[in-house]
Amino acid sequence: MIPELGHYALVLALALGLVQSVVPLIGARRRDTALMRLASSTARMQCAFVWIAFLALVLCYVGSDFSLRTVYENSHSQMPLIYKITSVWGNHEGSMLLWVLILSLFGAWVAAFGGNLPATLKANVLAVQSWIASAFYLFILLTSNPFLRLQPAPFEGRDLNPILQDPGLAIHPPLLYLGYVGFSIAFSFAIAALIEGKIDAAWARWVRPWTLAAWMFLTLGIAMGSYWAYYTLGWGGFWFWDPVENASLMPWLAGTALLHSAVVMEKRNALKIWTILLAILTFSLSLIGTFLVRSGVLTSVHSFANDPRRGIFILAILVLFIGGGLTLFAARASVLKQGGLFAPISREGALVFNNLFLTTACLTVLTGTLYPLALEALTGAKITVGGPFFNLTFGPLIVALMVVMPFGPLLAWKRGDLLGAAQRLLAAFAVGLAVAAITLAIEGTHSVLAPFGVGLAFYVMVGSLTDLAERTGLLRTPLGTVRARAAGLPRSAWGTAAAHFGIALTLLGIVCAGTWGSELIVEVKPGQTISLSGYDLTYAGVKQEPGPNYSALVGTFIVRSGGVAVGLMQPSKRTFATRAMTTNEAALMTRGASQLYLSLGDSKPDGSIAIRFYYKPLVMLIWLGAVVMMLGGALSLSDRRLRIGAPKPATKSSLQPAE
Amino acid sequence: MTRKQRRLILIGSSLAVLTAAVGLVLSAMSSSIVFFQSPSDLAEHHLAPGTRIRVGGLVKPGSVERGDNLRVRFEVTDGKHDIPVRYQGIVPDLFREGQGVVAEGKLEAGGSIDADTVLAKHDERYMPKEVVEALKRSGRWQEGGEQAGAAK
Repeated sequence: MIPELGHYALVLALALGLVQSVVPLIGARRRDTALMRLASSTARMQCAFVWIAFLALVLCYVGSDFSLRTVYENSHSQMPLIYKITSVWGNHEGSMLLWVLILSLFGAWVAAFGGNLPATLKANVLAVQSWIASAFYLFILLTSNPFLRLQPAPFEGRDLNPILQDPGLAIHPPLLYLGYVGFSIAFSFAIAALIEGKIDAAWARWVRPWTLAAWMFLTLGIAMGSYWAYYTLGWGGFWFWDPVENASLMPWLAGTALLHSAVVMEKRNALKIWTILLAILTFSLSLIGTFLVRSGVLTSVHSFANDPRRGIFILAILVLFIGGGLTLFAARASVLKQGGLFAPISREGALVFNNLFLTTACLTVLTGTLYPLALEALTGAKITVGGPFFNLTFGPLIVALMVVMPFGPLLAWKRGDLLGAAQRLLAAFAVGLAVAAITLAIEGTHSVLAPFGVGLAFYVMVGSLTDLAERTGLLRTPLGTVRARAAGLPRSAWGTAAAHFGIALTLLGIVCAGTWGSELIVEVKPGQTISLSGYDLTYAGVKQEPGPNYSALVGTFIVRSGGVAVGLMQPSKRTFATRAMTTNEAALMTRGASQLYLSLGDSKPDGSIAIRFYYKPLVMLIWLGAVVMMLGGALSLSDRRLRIGAPKPATKSSLQPAE
Repeated sequence: MTRKQRRLILIGSSLAVLTAAVGLVLSAMSSSIVFFQSPSDLAEHHLAPGTRIRVGGLVKPGSVERGDNLRVRFEVTDGKHDIPVRYQGIVPDLFREGQGVVAEGKLEAGGSIDADTVLAKHDERYMPKEVVEALKRSGRWQEGGEQAGAAK
């Protein structure tokens, strides 16, 4: 009964979606308020129905209803409750349902918080949003129905892929989808603006909070996925340049560019057409990501068992929305009024520089991701494009971007003073150079890149704080004044500084963990002690421990630093009987921002066991940096002038405080 | 500065960055891309020693020898040709004789591979696509049964 209810709710959501795809558009054309208002109600109802469908599926998983095919294939009655719930989206059908759930949630949010939008814009946005939703409801109902029954119902399920039986599954996909799908709002706004043929600074003011919110989720989602891969795959890597990871990085890069170009549009009424194009491209990259992961062209942990019909369906959605969006853009962009041009040396100029590098970097990632697929389709040759390729292409572009990054906030709108900005960055240059020199002196010249990277990170860190220090008059005025000025600074200034500081932290973590990390892959016998980077590790022994749906081989190791015991590390290997599979649970010991990392390999009958032991200095900064970036976004979002639903002050005078 | 000059600067710098990126991509393409080969491909084309390659197939039953310090030697087979692989380190949990495997590393003078990466399938239903492909080409692929399930 419950599955049928869920299925029915999804069909109703589709029906509502189809109505919402058409009626508000007609309403907006005829200026018919009643027809336009319909969109707000249907958006909320759609969201309610998708919630019903989703909760129905959750209930089936929690109740281990194996008469449902997806539950049978991906769940097991012995699994802990949390994994029964998370396995709802640990498979293709359920994860698509989560996708539309979040999509409809964003639609309902626009309906609820978009009270200050012009009626026609709101109607058009919700209609476009509903096109996307309807396409995906159809996709689910026709090719990936999670509510299909099995006859007769099996007694026991086939269990969730053990790699996915991890708390990471509870956090990573929902966050990532909130980011991916959140960009659909920017897309809908762009298409609506093209339909209306009207766009102004106020448009950017409405789009920016949505983009910012999606960007925050995506930032955190990517970081979470990276940390999950780091601790679960057993060899301490945090980014693999796997196509599926690239699929999430590309919308992030384009979304970051969009955030910055929307600022120019909002403050200076320039870069309008470019911003519209970026909004379309960002969501297109989200769709490409969904296609790559869900269509089965790639095989990875992320691509669950697949059938080719799905790939073709998603490809059709992809072509429809990207092709349609770009065609509309080509046809209508000329109707939009061009924004003004500006001096190259200015805040706007710096933001254009940011956009240029971010989109180019995004393009290199796209090339590296799609080239192997294209080559295989055309010639049949199989190639691997891995880390080295991206380090050589993506790396230099991002480095160039980071060198220029601290200048942006220090340049004035319209016409900036490059020399003045450089002078104010003297402290940052000095700190960066000093740190690089010290590193070089300690490290010697065998690696020039590492001191450069560390220096760059410190330069960006100090540089991103320079703007705040300048504006609060730090070190020049009495502390009371500084405090008063700091309180008066717009939150978005703090947000910018925090986000830029965060990316520098991430860079520092990557450089340090990559350069000064050490590893030891050895076989140890019980009682044997090995040493790595000042830590002594003594192997105490292994024991078998039963888990809820697996049995674990748990190793116990005593860690000493300078002869003093600092703790135990207990890595384990879990064997899941249902799938005849083993997973590796690495043991992590956090020491400040650094980590010790220990994972188990094969054991031998004589009691010896192979281990991987890593020392990863400052590795936590990689993810901490992402969290700081996200908090920067949150600070910006809480800025009074940007808050969702805040009344728009329509003054576009250049006297506005620049930040 | 006139509008025209400003526009030129914008377009010029965009082109410069794009050109630089294309240059980077092309140079990286030539130096850091790894081709996948099946054991039969390797036997037919004589590649220069030192080339980085990926080879995929099944771990030949009876070929796995474990030495000291986690050294492993095994042969990758597609049923027609076998390629010896040397590796030092921890092999994946699902590395077993008769199972699919992908090894990446340097081709050596004797036609063997000094691997720095060994990948196995990561669950019982999944086999590396490259391995499936290699087996299909050598005609050792059986449709149906467990393997067909693996190809999904």
